[in-house]
Amino acid sequence: MIGHLRDEGGAEVFRLVNERVRLGILSALAVTHSLSFADLKQTLGVTDGNLSIHARKLEESQFIVCEKTFQDRRPLTQYTLTPKGRAAFERYLGHMEALIEAMRKPK
Amino acid sequence: MPNSEEPSRTHEHALSQLRYIRSTMDGATRFTAVPGAGTAVIGVTAFVAAGLGQMQSTRDAMLSVWVGEAVVAGGIGLVALIVKSRSAGIDLTRGAARKFVLALMPSAVCAAAIALALAVQGQTTLIPAVWLTGYGSAVVAAGTHSVSTVPIMGAAFVVAGLAALFVAPQFHNALLALAFGGIHLTFGMHIARHHGG
Repeated sequence: MIGHLRDEGGAEVFRLVNERVRLGILSALAVTHSLSFADLKQTLGVTDGNLSIHARKLEESQFIVCEKTFQDRRPLTQYTLTPKGRAAFERYLGHMEALIEAMRKPK
Repeated sequence: MPNSEEPSRTHEHALSQLRYIRSTMDGATRFTAVPGAGTAVIGVTAFVAAGLGQMQSTRDAMLSVWVGEAVVAGGIGLVALIVKSRSAGIDLTRGAARKFVLALMPSAVCAAAIALALAVQGQTTLIPAVWLTGYGSAVVAAGTHSVSTVPIMGAAFVVAGLAALFVAPQFHNALLALAFGGIHLTFGMHIARHHGG
C-alpha cells in the first residue's frame, strides 16, 4: 500500500516525513504559528544535535523555515512551517488515514 | 508466497504514526506566550511596593500598598500577555491560551475573595499566606498548559505562602518582597531568555 502511494508522487514526502523526529517537527509546527528551538526540543524530547540534523533536512526541502535572531544578545532560533511543508504534512496524514481506512474495509 | 503479516504491520505503523502526530500536537499547543519580560517587570514593581510597604506605620497601610501593587502588576501582566501573544500570532480566546487563562482564574478569584473576607473580619495576619498560596496555585494550574518553568514558578509561590503561615507578621512585607519580587524577577528573566521574551 505504501509502495502504491509512493508511486503517486509522494516519495519525497514519505522519505522525509516518515522519520519520527521530522514528523514530530511538522506536527508541532502545524498547530502553532512558530516554535523556538528550545520549545521544539522540549516538545519532542530530543537532543540539540538530533533536532538540528532533522530540522536542517526539513529546511533543505523547504518544508520549514528557520529564522535566527538575537534577543538580549543571545541567539534565538524560530521555526515556521511553509505552505509546502503544510501540504506535505497533510498529504502524509491523508496517506496514513487512507491506510487505516483500507484495512478496515471488508475483504 | 505473500507475507500475511505485512498488511497488519503496515496498519500498526499507520496507527502508531497517527498516535504520535496527535500526542505531539497536544504537546506543542502549550501556551508559550507567557510574558517573561513582563513578569520580570512585575518583580521590580514588587520590590518598589515592598519599599513603600516598609515605610508604612500600620499593617493595614502596608497591605494596602500590596493591594495597589496587585492592581499595577495585573495591568502590566495583562498588557505584556496581549503584546507577546499578538507578536506570536496566538489568539488568547482559543486553544492552550484559553485553557491557560481559564485555569488561572479559579484560585486567583478565590484567594482574592478570601483575603477580602479576612480583611473585613480584621484577620489580616493570614492575608499574605492566602495571597501567595492562591496566586501560586493559580500559576501551577495555568502552568500545566504552558512551558515547564511556569508551574515551577507557581510552586515557589505556594512554598512562600506556606512559609507565610508560620513567619511572624512583622516579616510578612519582606516575605512578600522575596516572593512577588524575587520569584517574578528570577523566573521572568528565565522565561524571557529561553521562551522568546
